[in-house]
Amino acid sequence: MAVKTLIKTSEYHDSVSLMLVARELSKLPGVSDAAVVMGTEANKSILEQAGMLTDEVKAATPNDLVIAVSAPEDAAANALLEAEKLLQKKAGPAGEAEAFRPKTVRAAVKSSPAANVAIISVAGRYAADEAWEALRRGLHVLLFSDNVSLEDEIALKQYAADHGLLLMGPGAGTAIINGVALAFANVVPAGPVGIVSAAGTGLQEVSTLLGKNGVGITQGIGTGGRDLKESVGGIMMLAGLKALQEDPATQVIVLVGKPPAPSVTQKVLEQVALCPKPTVVCFMGGDMEAVKAVPNAIPARTLEEGGLLAAKVAGAPIGDVKAQIEAETLRLKEQAAGLKKALKPGQRYLRGLFSGGTLCYEAQVIWTDLIPETVLSNAPLDKHKQMADSTRSQGHCTIDLGEEEFTVGRPHPMIDNDLRIRRLLQEAHDPEVAVIIMDVVLGYGAHMDPASELGPAIRQARQIAHDAGRELFIVASVTGTEQDPQGLSRQSAALTEAGAIICGSNAAASRLAGMLVA
Amino acid sequence: MEKHKINDLFGKPVTVVNIGLGSMAQSIRDQDVPVVDLDWKPPAEGVKRLMVTKAGIDIDAANDEAVKRIKAGRPVLVGMGVAKDVIPGMHSRMFLHAGPPVTWERMCGPTRGAVMGALIYEGIAKDEAEAEKMAAGGEIEFSPCHHHHAVGPMAGVVSPSMPVFILENKAFGNKAYCTQNEGLGKVLRYGGMGPEVYARLKWMETVLYPVLSRALETLPEGIDIKSLIAQALHMGDECHNRNRAATSLLLRAFGPALARTSQNNEDLARVIEFIDRNDHFFLNLSMPAGKAMLEPAEGIPGCSLVTVMARNGTDIGIRVSAMPERWFTAPAGIVKGLYFPGFGEEDANPDIGDSTITETAGFGGFAMAAAPAITKFVGGTPELAKQTTLEMYEITAGEHDGFTIPVLNFRGTPLGMDIRKVVETGILPQINTGIAHKKPGVGGIGAGILRAPMACFKEAFDAFETL
Repeated sequence: MAVKTLIKTSEYHDSVSLMLVARELSKLPGVSDAAVVMGTEANKSILEQAGMLTDEVKAATPNDLVIAVSAPEDAAANALLEAEKLLQKKAGPAGEAEAFRPKTVRAAVKSSPAANVAIISVAGRYAADEAWEALRRGLHVLLFSDNVSLEDEIALKQYAADHGLLLMGPGAGTAIINGVALAFANVVPAGPVGIVSAAGTGLQEVSTLLGKNGVGITQGIGTGGRDLKESVGGIMMLAGLKALQEDPATQVIVLVGKPPAPSVTQKVLEQVALCPKPTVVCFMGGDMEAVKAVPNAIPARTLEEGGLLAAKVAGAPIGDVKAQIEAETLRLKEQAAGLKKALKPGQRYLRGLFSGGTLCYEAQVIWTDLIPETVLSNAPLDKHKQMADSTRSQGHCTIDLGEEEFTVGRPHPMIDNDLRIRRLLQEAHDPEVAVIIMDVVLGYGAHMDPASELGPAIRQARQIAHDAGRELFIVASVTGTEQDPQGLSRQSAALTEAGAIICGSNAAASRLAGMLVA
Repeated sequence: MEKHKINDLFGKPVTVVNIGLGSMAQSIRDQDVPVVDLDWKPPAEGVKRLMVTKAGIDIDAANDEAVKRIKAGRPVLVGMGVAKDVIPGMHSRMFLHAGPPVTWERMCGPTRGAVMGALIYEGIAKDEAEAEKMAAGGEIEFSPCHHHHAVGPMAGVVSPSMPVFILENKAFGNKAYCTQNEGLGKVLRYGGMGPEVYARLKWMETVLYPVLSRALETLPEGIDIKSLIAQALHMGDECHNRNRAATSLLLRAFGPALARTSQNNEDLARVIEFIDRNDHFFLNLSMPAGKAMLEPAEGIPGCSLVTVMARNGTDIGIRVSAMPERWFTAPAGIVKGLYFPGFGEEDANPDIGDSTITETAGFGGFAMAAAPAITKFVGGTPELAKQTTLEMYEITAGEHDGFTIPVLNFRGTPLGMDIRKVVETGILPQINTGIAHKKPGVGGIGAGILRAPMACFKEAFDAFETL
């Protein structure tokens, strides 16, 4: 047994805090006695009676802090270290009653040392600075803001990757970290699938499709759409993938995005090959052959296929995915054939009104196989399918209303239905339109009851067509779960009630809509 | 640096900092997950977020070093002496004053009053008229206290014969000097003139000083002022506008030595009474303590922290560590406060004194949460005091682990004003202060609070950007 003491000159603490530290020290293994006191005469005499009055303690002044421990050599040294830690810890943040709202990231981190994730949604020109601030303070970042320069994105992501942090974005609308929905995200169960997505609504669609099949997720990591560009090089997709590969809770991985630059595809697939975990690669409409070359990689052409394949690999009791999609397609074909009879000969065109960019993209991938004519878009698969004026529809066309041209100075269409409703009514007046396809995205961040506004608008749109003596089909899918604040079945029922045809996925809705005009 | 991995986040409880849309924070709250929703405002237009200086120095690292040095400081009252004998650069025709340099022509009323009063006290001038002529005629060299390792409250006039406290920063060996505090009301440091002012100063020179000095000589370790400040912060003082607890603690520290060295019990009794009746006696120790702790942080390349903030009643000036010789000035502000009976805001001189060294050193107005009682100066509440301190964390580089605030769960006081953060956030440093009458000769008329003006921080920031 040894008595070890540590004198901290001129360090003052109130006695209650010191007693609490002493009590913690006494509980340490091997420690038979501990004292943490100011070096007053009274305290020294107490230490003397306890046999802990070393020469060092004798020399201490009332302004010095005395830490004394009676324990075997090793345990005593350890206890002294622990004492220092406890003394620092004591100076923690203030309690919850604090009404004060910090104004800067650094102050927030100082007052809440447990903070580990930042969500940044300030205007683009300020966003990079705030992201730097957050990263430098060790926070993982969901950078929701758009309009961050490519240079800033690359620098931020490189720093994040070097420091073991996530920099999700810019323009990352969705993430689910440890079950917490960040920004636009759904309430999905916990489970064995980890997702890295360069497409926000893609992550929502895949995670809810998994949920609909009873499969949950570990993490849903967003990267922002530009991550897969050549210049960014997939920094975050690679970092997220690696983390999920090393994560023992993740047994199946899903990668989601538009087709990356070839060099990025190669880097991602090389990383996929380094870990035997089954990895569904859903680069919508991308090169399936390259994916097939990696033994543990499973290619998927659409979000629906990606979600179902991952569910199956994760053990969901569903049959062969390809066969299942084929069967569903047959069923949709029959349904379309029946519906088509109600259309007038001039009703030839499809119009898409999307709030989720990835869903708009998935629809176009599906239509390339289905609709022989060109489908134009403000967010096209190929540049030559670009709409000349996205406020004016012509032929087959599909619009991503979440594109920047529509959201500057206006809330996103997932939050505010106004713009989409106006466009819906506009399309309803067009005698050439046969079908309008829409996505309805639920979850945190989204409108609290979209069907309450979209429902009446759908009814009105169809009435406009009926009044003009024609039918108008409105096909929709609802991306969400029963546990979402809006409730999947409640929303679906209200939309069906309003006259919409609700499909089980965006892919199914896209097929049905396509078949109605094909 | 410790190697982190993304995986370290997995499985841990999430705590979110939300920067931007309130709905994002609400969604997190709805999931019963803790979220700090920033009261975010865009930074001032055109202000760059500087991380490295033009010369490539990491500013945060430089600031960390400064904070480390300030925290390590250990100011101890080691002795006393007469100004002209002990203050470096002082001579028999030099008067020190508070704040940045100022000429007699631009000197405010209270400083002029203090200079004239000191000339009479020194026996250099026989009356106010002669004193004014001498001061205006260039017979006296004026110099800021801060150019001599000294600090002075209010007018801050230190004349050659005045006794001063000598503090030594035991961690670095540097010294700081300050006169003995006269009390409130009609006193020299507030510009007060008159026979009672000179008589008090004489008594302080001939009785108070020898009594205290003799006692100190028997205390080889001196008196640890840092420790007294730390304790007083737990007793309702912020050691700028409220020094009641610290003054009591000081008397306790002095007590036995005073008794042992007493040559005349009536003198001793008067000394104890004088200190007891002057709640601000300790201010003249907390200020040089701040000065002693801050000086080692001066002159660190790339450091954007303020090491001096001081006012002369005409201008307020700051000095920044990386540019230790330069003053950046702006007109001194108007104090909002409470006035003694018979006085009002129309009588008040603009902000004055070196006492803002306390805020600069991480106490004073920055530790307002520790001193809820002083919020009565502006009709505020203890909650306001707390919010003031919390706001100061936004513009400081560190927290003083030696000085803690009980009501903030013993969090360290905000330490190290960063000119970058002041300019960027627009949050101005809190100052707690006394108020002097604008006319020479009247003295102190109240106390209150204000914020330092942006102009001097902006000017300093612009200069810092070029380094």
